[in-house]
Amino acid sequence: MTRQLLNTLYVGTEGAHARLENDTVRIELEGERLIAVPLHHLASIVLFGGCTASAALMMRCADDGRAFVLLDRNGRFRARIQGKTSGNCLLRKAHYDAHADPFATLALCRTFVAGKLQNARQVLLRGARDLDAAGRAEAAATVRLAAEAHAEGILRLPEAHTTDEVRGIEGAAAQAYFGAFDLLVTNGRTEFRFGGRSRRPPLDRANALMSFLYALWTNDCVSALEGVGLDPQFGFLHVLRPGRPALALDLVEEFRAVVLDRLALTLINRRQIDADDFEVREGGAVSLTDDGRKKVLGEYQKRKGIEVPHPLFVEKVPLGLLPHVQARLLARHLRGDLEAYPPYMP
Amino acid sequence: MKDRLDVLVCYDVSTVTDDGARRLRRMAKACAAYGQRVQYSTFELKVTPALLERFLQRAQEIMNPQADSLRVYFLRGPREEVVQTYGRDGWTDFEAPLIV
Repeated sequence: MTRQLLNTLYVGTEGAHARLENDTVRIELEGERLIAVPLHHLASIVLFGGCTASAALMMRCADDGRAFVLLDRNGRFRARIQGKTSGNCLLRKAHYDAHADPFATLALCRTFVAGKLQNARQVLLRGARDLDAAGRAEAAATVRLAAEAHAEGILRLPEAHTTDEVRGIEGAAAQAYFGAFDLLVTNGRTEFRFGGRSRRPPLDRANALMSFLYALWTNDCVSALEGVGLDPQFGFLHVLRPGRPALALDLVEEFRAVVLDRLALTLINRRQIDADDFEVREGGAVSLTDDGRKKVLGEYQKRKGIEVPHPLFVEKVPLGLLPHVQARLLARHLRGDLEAYPPYMP
Repeated sequence: MKDRLDVLVCYDVSTVTDDGARRLRRMAKACAAYGQRVQYSTFELKVTPALLERFLQRAQEIMNPQADSLRVYFLRGPREEVVQTYGRDGWTDFEAPLIV
C-alpha cells in the first residue's frame, strides 16, 4: 500500500535560525520570518552550514521521529540527530533483511538496471535526433541501434533469474552505449574524442570529465542515503566491498546517462570546457587541472539548482535534490511503505 | 498527497472579555499548528482526516460554543480551480520543495 511522501524543509540561507514554535518550525533571518511550516507536513529538516537551530526544535524532531540532518556547504553529510525512537534501527534491519532476501535483491537489481537502461536509451535517442538535425544520418542510425539494444535489454530483465544475469544485461547495454557515445560528442572537438570508457585511470579528457562528475554525484548519493538513515555500503546490484559505497553506486545508475553524461556532453559541445583544463600525467592518465576542477564544480553546482519535473511530484524539483528524493523513496520501499522502488525516469 | 483534504477554517472569537482575548490567541495558535493563515481569522489547512479530527478536538476545547464560532469549509477540487485570490497572497505550498 502506498503512503504519502512527506516533505523536507531545507534551510541554507546564511544566518538563518530554525526554531520550534508550538507545532510549527519557524525559520528566521535577522528577526524576519522566512517561513513557518506546520510540522505535520515534514518528514525531515535539513540544515546546511551557516545556519543554526534551537535545541527545542531538535528535541521535538527526535521525539517525533522526524529526521534532522546537518550537511556542509558542499552537501556532504556531517551529522544527524538520533532520538530515542528514531526508527533508524528498524529501517536498517529492513535494509539488511532485504539484502539477505534473494527475491527482494533480485527485484531491486532489475529495477535499478531498468531505470538505467531506460534513461540511457533516452539519451541515445535524443542524440540520434540531434545528429539527424545536423544531417548526419549514418551516425544517427548507429546511435539508434545502440538505443534498440537498450530496449531489448529492458525486455529481457523480467526473465533474468539471478543478479548475475541482471548484471550481464547491464554490461551488454553499457558496451552498446559506450560504443556509440563518441558520436554524441559533436562540434568536431577532436580533443574530446571518446575512445571507449576508461577509468583508473581515465585515458582521455571526456573520460576524465565523466569520472569527476560521477564522483561528485556519488558523493551526493552517499549523503542522501545517510540522510535518510540507510547504509550506503550495503548495495544490491553492486558487490559489497569494505569502504565502497555500493548502495550509493546502485542509486547513481539511473542518473548516469540522463544527468551526468548529458552534463558532460553539454560542457563539451557548448565549449564550456577546454583542452587545457586537463593535464596528461605519466602513463597516459588524464585528469582535470585545479582550474578545470573549479570550473566543472561551478557548472555542476549551477546545474543542481535547475528545477526539473519529477514523475511523482506536481511541482518541479531542483536537480540537486534528486538523490535525496530517490533515497527517501528507496527507504520507503525497504520499509514496506512502497511496493516497488520507482527509479527517476524523466 | 492525494488523501489530504484542502480545508478552509474560519473562526470568530468574542473578545469582549479577557478570557475571550485568551481564547483568540489559543485558537490562532491551534490553527497555525495545522495550516497557514490566509486572512485575519481564516486559515487554509491541507490535512489528513485524522489530523483534521485532532485539530477540531483541540479547537472545540479552546472555544466557548455560546460566544464563539468556528466554520470548516471543505474545498472540493484542486486549489488552482477552487480558490481565486486578489491582492496580497502569501499562501505557501507546503508540499512543494521547501528550500529556504
